Amino acid sequence: MTKIKVEVLDRRQFMLAASATTAALMAGISSANATAEMAAEYIKKLTGGASMMEGKVKIDLPEIAENGNTVPVKVSVDSPMTADNYVKTLHLVSEGNPGPEMASFHFTPASGRANAAARMRLAKTQNVVGIAEMSDGKIYTAKTLVKVTIGGCGG
Amino acid sequence: MINRRDFIQASLAALAITGGTLASYRSAIAGQKITQDEILKFDAKGQVTLIHVCDIHSQSKPVYFREPSVNIGVGEALGLPPHITGKKLLEKFGIKAGSPQAYALSSEDFGELAKVYGKMGGLDRVATLVNAIRAERPNHCLFLDSGDTWQGSWTSLQTRGEDMIKIMNMLKTDAMTGHWEFTYGTERVKELVSMLDFPLLAGNVLDTEWEEPVFESTRMFERNGVKIAVIGQAFPYTPVANPRWMIPEWSFGIRDELMQANVDKARDAGADLVVVLSHNGFDVDRKMASKVNGIDVILTGHTHDAIPVTVNVNDTLLVASGCSGKFVSRLDLDVKSKKVAGFSYKLMPVFSDAITPDKQVSALIDETRAPYEEHMAEVLGTTRHTLYRRGNMSGTFDDLICNALIESQDAEISLSPGFRWGTSIAPGQPITAEDVYNQTAMTYPSIYKNNLTGKQIKDILEDVGDNLFNPDPYFQQGGDMVRVGGLGFDMDASKTIGKRITNMHLTASGKELEADKTYSVAGWASVNKETGTGGTPIWEVVKDWIREKKVVDLKTNDSIRLSNG
Repeated sequence: MTKIKVEVLDRRQFMLAASATTAALMAGISSANATAEMAAEYIKKLTGGASMMEGKVKIDLPEIAENGNTVPVKVSVDSPMTADNYVKTLHLVSEGNPGPEMASFHFTPASGRANAAARMRLAKTQNVVGIAEMSDGKIYTAKTLVKVTIGGCGG
Repeated sequence: MINRRDFIQASLAALAITGGTLASYRSAIAGQKITQDEILKFDAKGQVTLIHVCDIHSQSKPVYFREPSVNIGVGEALGLPPHITGKKLLEKFGIKAGSPQAYALSSEDFGELAKVYGKMGGLDRVATLVNAIRAERPNHCLFLDSGDTWQGSWTSLQTRGEDMIKIMNMLKTDAMTGHWEFTYGTERVKELVSMLDFPLLAGNVLDTEWEEPVFESTRMFERNGVKIAVIGQAFPYTPVANPRWMIPEWSFGIRDELMQANVDKARDAGADLVVVLSHNGFDVDRKMASKVNGIDVILTGHTHDAIPVTVNVNDTLLVASGCSGKFVSRLDLDVKSKKVAGFSYKLMPVFSDAITPDKQVSALIDETRAPYEEHMAEVLGTTRHTLYRRGNMSGTFDDLICNALIESQDAEISLSPGFRWGTSIAPGQPITAEDVYNQTAMTYPSIYKNNLTGKQIKDILEDVGDNLFNPDPYFQQGGDMVRVGGLGFDMDASKTIGKRITNMHLTASGKELEADKTYSVAGWASVNKETGTGGTPIWEVVKDWIREKKVVDLKTNDSIRLSNG
């Protein structure tokens, strides 16, 4: 994880024309990052390959991250959260971090609402995928793009 | 003060002798009466008058400002205002070439027309217009400022924003929002806000730890029996486009759900009219208007667009009032059953020689400038052609800065940020130290020199290109393309990140840029603390370069070619 921190920090420096050494480090890390295929593979493992439906999951993320090291994320699932209809597990999956697994939140009907908030580290511009496993076995999903820029030329 | 009407008559007499480009505009020029009354002439309507300014960038005195000739719209904004420039703009709005409106709104024949119509803006002139509207419409008016007010001049930098606070207090602003304001850093911003006689509204700024509001989001006003909610929206990408280290505890973002919540709250509190005072940038506001319900008016800012009509998205009116004090917008609204039943709008051009300056504000401006006047007045050289910054890909003043960086730092390539602020200089005019500060006065001005590989340079250009040309406005940061010296490339705005830029080459040798090869790169305005501050400020390098050259006569920059699909 330390390695990622170096990379994200260096992205800012990069724009500012940091040294060639740090840039080389960056390139090394980028190539080790998860891809959409790796994320799909991981999701398949989570869901046992069951088919997924778009919807119900809502991921609240900034369009462009201010600080890739600590990106606030809020995720929720539209569910009555009753004994016979509730969200069992909500996963967050990365398509661009060194590994696809980000977080898994477990709920019971006693949770009342299927909401979670956290901070996460994003190594680069990527999709964050939310997967909700429901008590009736259905699986819902949503995807949000977050940009992690190297630029700094607004004005 | 020169009487501009007399001046125009004199110019016409001269034209009769010299001929030239302007000769063809004789009738357009001669047919115009630029008077204060003419500028103020307005078809009054309804119970409420909104008066709007934005992106003044600390220009308290009249300035030249050339509108962009290149302003490409992508995605749904393709071909829509403000992405219409030059002759097409004149055609679209039925403006006669060579007329005062053409001079104010387009880049066409700017250098020539500048001689006829002179400088624009000046906050003492703005004060005259605002006060005249207030006198005509007592208890109807709100005077609102979309921000980028405290930065952009030497006096503001030296007083760390205070000169503009004094002036805007005297203009009796009712509310503002911000962007470059935040580049004075957390503590100074708090001090400056406490000096304001009016609120700085910014509902989308939350503290990074608990996500609680930092500023007031909404102020409720009552004018002529109408309850008006003004909601502030600061520049969403301040910590991305500007140094985050200066405001480490403040988080921004578009947050349109929070905007919807604030609009709903204002309606619940009885607002008849909901006005968003925004620094989103025009295309972001256009999208926000389509997503958030219940906003009657968005007073836009950030992208420095001057649009002579309102742009209407569903039930929302968007107003774009230019920059640098060049325009004042007046929007009259007839509010019935909590809706806008009718409106009347005018983008008033501030022709500085036609408007009598407000004496009190003039005196205050002179007082704020007095300690710096002598230093700013130094003449460094003259220019043969128009020096300007605004434009998507390049500007002649940035060419000058990029040349100065390359030559002074002995670099192969130079980079200069695509800022939209910065005034213009007409051909034949002297270049003063103040002119240089108008392009460079900011709180992280240090120059740097470094080695970057061809791939790194490509990645930087692609990244900034995507901030400008991403088809989804919510991913646009509102700046122009990073300016380059020593480097040429082709850009296709319609492509996606990584694919927009091709044919990167060194202009000196014509050689293609190699991905793995290292190049020396000079630049300035790094958002990184160590690189952006503590070194030689860019203005020193630029001033020295002009002093040495004496006469600025740059080759036309044709090394950057833009296409749009």
